[in-house]
Formats: sequence, C-alpha cells, structure tokens
Amino acid sequence: MISFSEIASSVHQWLNSHLSPAWVLTVEMVIVGVAAIALFALLGLVLVIMERKVAAYMQIRLGPNRVGPKGMLQSTADTVKLLVKEGITPAGADKFMFNLAPFIAMITAMLLLAPLGFAKDFQIWDLNIGVLYVTAVSSLSVIAILMAGWSSNNKYSLLGAMRSGAQIVSYELSAGLAIMTIVVLTGSLQLSEIVESQRNGWWIFKGHLPALIAFVIFIIAVTAETNRAPFDLAEAESELTAGFHTEYSGMKFALFFLAEYINVFTVCAIGATLFLGGWMPFHIGNWEGFNHVMDYIPSSIWFFGKTFFLIFVIMWFRWTFPRLRIDQLLDLEWKYLLPISMFNIILVTVIAIYHLHG
Amino acid sequence: MFIVDYIKSIYGAMKSMGTGMKRTAYYFTHHKEIITEQYPDNRDTLVLPERFRGEVVMTHTEQNEHRCTGCTACELACPNGTIKIVTKFDISPEGKKKKAVDKFIYHLELCTMCNLCIEACPTNAIKMAQSFEHSVFDRSQLTKVLNQPGSKLEEGVE
Repeated sequence: MISFSEIASSVHQWLNSHLSPAWVLTVEMVIVGVAAIALFALLGLVLVIMERKVAAYMQIRLGPNRVGPKGMLQSTADTVKLLVKEGITPAGADKFMFNLAPFIAMITAMLLLAPLGFAKDFQIWDLNIGVLYVTAVSSLSVIAILMAGWSSNNKYSLLGAMRSGAQIVSYELSAGLAIMTIVVLTGSLQLSEIVESQRNGWWIFKGHLPALIAFVIFIIAVTAETNRAPFDLAEAESELTAGFHTEYSGMKFALFFLAEYINVFTVCAIGATLFLGGWMPFHIGNWEGFNHVMDYIPSSIWFFGKTFFLIFVIMWFRWTFPRLRIDQLLDLEWKYLLPISMFNIILVTVIAIYHLHG
Repeated sequence: MFIVDYIKSIYGAMKSMGTGMKRTAYYFTHHKEIITEQYPDNRDTLVLPERFRGEVVMTHTEQNEHRCTGCTACELACPNGTIKIVTKFDISPEGKKKKAVDKFIYHLELCTMCNLCIEACPTNAIKMAQSFEHSVFDRSQLTKVLNQPGSKLEEGVE
C-alpha cells in the first residue's frame, strides 16, 4: 500500500538526484506551500457542506439539495460566487489594516498546520516544542479579529472584536492547562513523541479520569477559542449583525470564513493528536487478530477519521446549545473550567509521579 | 456546603447538556422526522394540515344549492371589510318577500385568513379551503363572487 511517507521520501530522493541541496529545499518548500493551500481549499469546501448538512439534519431539515448530487456541490458554487463578488472597503475604514486582517487570520490558521502529523512519519515540521508552538500561534488569531474590528470603523465590528478578545484570553488558560495534562503524562512537547507514547493505548483510555476531564475541558475551550456557537459572541448574528466581519464582503469575507473552519480543523487535529492517539490505530490489549485488522487501515485515515469525529462533535454542540451571554461565558471559564483544570493538573501530576498510567 | 452545590451544579449542567445532545442526535440519525416539503416538486402529493386556511369558499351541493341566507353576520364579523354581501328579495310561492343573497363578494387580496367569518356564520355556508396558490397577474382577479351563478338557497335553511 502506498503511504504518504513513501511518497514524500521518493519525491525527496528524486529531487536530490537532480538538483543541488539548496534548490531541493526551495522546491520542497514550494511543494509544501502548494499542498497546504490545496488542503485549505479542499477542507473549506468539505467542512462548509458538512456543517450545513449536519445543521439541517439536526434541525429536521434537508439542507442544500439542489446543486449536484444531494447538494454536495453547493459550497463550490458559493465559493465561485464569492470569488466574483466585489470586495468593498468602507470609506471610513483604515484601509491598510482592513485589507491586511483577513490575510493575518489566514496565515495564523496556516502556521498551525506545520507541526501536525497527518500520517505515519508525515509531518511538515517536527519541532521539539510542537505543543508550545501550537498554543502560542493559535492565540495570534485574536490579533486578526481585533484588527478587523478596529479598522472597520463600525460599532458592531468593534464590539464583536472586543468580545472575542476577552473570550480568547480567558479560554486560552483552560485550553492550555488541558494540553498540559497530556504534556505531564508524556513528558514531551514534541507532537510526534506524544503520538508515539500512545502506541499501547490512547491517552483518553490510559490516562484515567484526569485525561477524560482534560479532554472535555479541551473540547469546550477550543469551541470558545474558535468563536463557534455556543460561544460565538464575536459574531452573534442576532445582536451584532456579523460582529468583526460586518463590513467585509467578497473574497475578504471568504478568507475569514475559511480561517474559522481551518481553525476548527487544526484544533480538532490537535485534540485528536493529544487525546485520541493521532494517526495511531485503535488497539485493544491482547486481541492480536483485531489489532492486525486495525493496522491495515492507513494511518492517514485514522488521523482524518478522528479529526472529523471531533469536528462533528463541535458541530453537534453548535446546533444544540443556545448562545451564552458574555457574563455567563466568563463565569463558565473563571468559576468552573479554570478551577477544575487546575485541580486536574494536580491529579495528573500525582498519576505521573507514581506511574499509574499504562 | 459550597463545594457540594458546586459539584451538583456541574453535574446538573452535564446532565441537561446530555439531554439536549441526545435529542439532536436522535434527529440527526432519524431522517424520517424531516419536516421539509419539497414544494413545487411534490405538488401532487402535498398533504396540508387539516386546519390550514387558504381562502374562504362557499359550499355548494350537486343541485347548485348553497346555505347562505344573506344575514351579513360574516360581513359584520370581518375586521377589515373583506366580505361584502349584496342582498335581493326573493318572492316566495305564497307571495311573501324574503331576503336572500344576490352576490357574496370576497376580496382575497384583503383577507387575513383570521377565520372570524366562518365562526360567525350561523348556517355553516362558508368554510376555509386549502388552496393557496393565489398569485395572478391582475388584482381584479382576486375579487371573487363566492355564490355560483344560478345557485339558490338550500331547502330548510333559515
């Protein structure tokens, strides 16, 4: 069976036999960039149609069902429409900032792809502080939102951006502490090592109760961090028209929209890597036959399967719960999630010290 | 105890979230619950609810007889002047004059489907029909005469 790592190494060898090392590096960077952009475009199309279909079925509707088979080409048609629309810059806006913001949102979403292990031995950049990198870069996305809100010169945009700032600053804490739980258990910040440590069982199973609590907190916190319902105060359609992207249109709006979905994908991929074993197949103790069957499924399918499962869970949240008020949102973080995750860290440290995990 | 209440509130929140998510998961997996009507496509098989109000019609029997006595109760009940009844005097065989309906004029363009005229009618002459495709190119087509030409009052309706 052809695996991603084999393709990557054969491309590397072929380039090495034809070009000088400096050119090999340049060409490989271009290939990675093109592949990342292609993945983005594909993910945007797939996630939008997935969201709309999930939403429809949860609200006892049919959803898009006219364009293509079962409406599956709807998001493609919408993208084409957005591409040909005019991108208006309001007269009172700070033009440079206004036009820069969507690209910053996009670039931060893109940077997060670097340390993800998409399949066995298939990673863009396996840096030794991967977890730290992810938490640091993901908090940059708030800058794009604040920039968009501030430069739009619009009260709705500014309010949405401010709310988003308060939200991301607070929820970063519990998301960080939830990630810390796994770092304590693994003893490493490198994402490939974290995946490797789950060879004999995913952390959510062998990390006992603390890992489970950390997983729940992580899911809640990243839902808030990506500004999705029930924490979508930053764009709250019913109160702020569209929050920070009220003034955006055409492709600049589409970039924000795409960045939101890519952020959802990356945080779910990180959740899958930390708690659900990344590309590791599902194994049950001593069931040799069962484990062999699971090994036959390619590692990339395991990774994307887990990621899309988490994305589905986040969509499930969105279409079940009503939006929180800003004070309820901060209550939930500072009075519930943060104390629980702090207590959880102590618990997990005890487990790690006494080697109670498998 | 504060800590007991705290844990109880977390447990309660988890439980109610679970209830909500169970409901949406049920809808997500049970597609037969879908209430969407693919309207222009399913025009032939469209089933409307029993109490759907499309327009006011007057019921006529096969002998072209209606039950409207021309009492104008519906005209008085109507909140926005949708119904206008023109009466005439019929001469009964005994030579007596009797009030009867000449034209039951119904302005569909004004009607709000409030059902008050149907409730006001003492003889059940009018009812709500389920037809709803009312769009026409000329407004005058929306002013309808509900009693069919040549129809007369059913025997025994007072």
